[in-house]
Amino acid sequence: MSAAKRYLTLNSRDLRLELEELYAAYTACLDEERFEEWPEFFVEHCLYKIVPRENFERGLPLATWLCESKGYLADRVTAIRKTAVYAPRYVRRMVSGVRVLGWNDGMLEVRANYVALETLQDELTRVFNTGQYRDKLVVEDGRLKFKEKLCIFDSLLVPNSLIYPL
Amino acid sequence: MGTRHVWPREGVSRIPYWIYSDPEIYAREQERIFCGPSWNYVALEAELPRPGDFKRTFIGEKPVVVVRDEEDSINVVENRCAHRGVQFCQKHLGSVAEFMCPYHQWTYDLKGNLIGVPFRRGVKKQGGMPADFDLKNHGLRRLGVARRHGVIFASFASDLEPLEEYFGPSMLALFDRVFDGRELRVLGYSRQLTPANWKLMFENIKDPYHASLLHVFLVSFGLFRADQPSKVQMDATGRHGALISWRGDQKKTEDHADMKSLIDNFKLQDSTLLEPVREFPEYTVVMTTLWPNLIIQQQSNTLAMRQLVTRGPAAFELAWTYFGYADDDEDMTRRRLRQANLMGPAGFVSIDDSEVMKFSQSGVGPYPERAGVMEMGGRDWKDEQHMVTESVIRAFYAYYRRVMEL
Ligand code: FES
Ligand SMILES: [Fe+2]
Repeated sequence: MSAAKRYLTLNSRDLRLELEELYAAYTACLDEERFEEWPEFFVEHCLYKIVPRENFERGLPLATWLCESKGYLADRVTAIRKTAVYAPRYVRRMVSGVRVLGWNDGMLEVRANYVALETLQDELTRVFNTGQYRDKLVVEDGRLKFKEKLCIFDSLLVPNSLIYPL
Repeated sequence: MGTRHVWPREGVSRIPYWIYSDPEIYAREQERIFCGPSWNYVALEAELPRPGDFKRTFIGEKPVVVVRDEEDSINVVENRCAHRGVQFCQKHLGSVAEFMCPYHQWTYDLKGNLIGVPFRRGVKKQGGMPADFDLKNHGLRRLGVARRHGVIFASFASDLEPLEEYFGPSMLALFDRVFDGRELRVLGYSRQLTPANWKLMFENIKDPYHASLLHVFLVSFGLFRADQPSKVQMDATGRHGALISWRGDQKKTEDHADMKSLIDNFKLQDSTLLEPVREFPEYTVVMTTLWPNLIIQQQSNTLAMRQLVTRGPAAFELAWTYFGYADDDEDMTRRRLRQANLMGPAGFVSIDDSEVMKFSQSGVGPYPERAGVMEMGGRDWKDEQHMVTESVIRAFYAYYRRVMEL
């Protein structure tokens, strides 16, 4: 059975387990700042957006962060590593309440809550950003990858700068 | 002001650090600048297209509401109930027939007139307002309003000069370049809270000197560089200013040695971000700063209002409203949205600024007795045909000192 078929036949509990593992791997990659590996969670023609909830709910198209291809994700990583000037920080992401909405058009639709905590040098750890992932996944090279990942954040007022991905 | 508030004798080529942290200075700024004789940006008309549409916003730190009434006038009122001060409007944007304060349900029409007071005549002949209580005397406080080509400004002062005079001819021309009367379309919002004094934001955007050095991203892609044709412009008072640049030949010169951050072989894998089209005459980048709370951004095809809201001496909110024109085609809208990635709280370029402003505050805040040096391009202020200057910042402070009597 091909990997794609295998995913299609998984029952929702097993699928959720797979997804839990995927999100754990995804957040670990970012939390551990292995940013160069981050684009590998996506397919070539992908969409990654971080959007304030008020824009999303009003149907306003502006994203705080927009990547329309895997190459663009890599460009963001280059910016983080080479061009951006910023204070040292740790960001830790928590994902919970993973819900599978089902397969649609060959894509697995998933929702989850996320919280990102930020720790700066002279400050206490704070909730930096929280919201909902609205993800669409497809099977590529035998594993689930993001075709689309939207981070719709409730925390409208961004505490200064959003540098690392969510 | 106490003796500690003495501006250094060198004038505006020195910036004393107490202006960034002193609570007395902050209070005086609220009174004389934001509540004084100035036109504050509050909204775009496109945000409130129909009667009853409102926007909740701030002038300095004072909450106000901008609302369109049935006669299509725009009213700006204090977001403070005339009864006991409740901030009655809590939604960022919306639409209402009238405003009702939730506490005791005093009701106001869209011009801010008080039209209803529950139990005004008492209950069972007991209580009630005094017989001479007149609704007319208890409306919401209204501000002066000025509109031009879809942009709304408001003022706490009563007899202020018309907006056009307030801008002056050169700033008005730059304003009309983007706001040419075409209908605007809002593309979305972005808001960030920066732990720095509000003036540091103005200094940053009035400072073309840093752009070629701090912003490795801009420099690497030739989006803004000291060797580009450029100029700085101010109005006659110095309070408004603009940084202007346009694309020219970029040859390698010795000056590059000073731009250490230049990464010559840095290429984007996805270059859609950097595919602007010529849209406005002459200039590719115009950053206009209008006293006391607005930055108008035209960076190639990305257009935004950046509204400054003060949050105490050591913090400000930057409220970004990105927009295009109602007649933009899909490609143009996509271009604007893509180029928006340069700016905002996650902007390839403006991340550097928000971070550096925080570094500034954490340097100047604890050293109020010290002063900064502002001598790049001279010690006075005037228009220049280059960007190796801090002239626009000196102009800003020349005007600031007059208003603040410092
Ligand atoms: S405070 Fe608004 S009605 Fe009483
Ligand atoms: Fe900058």
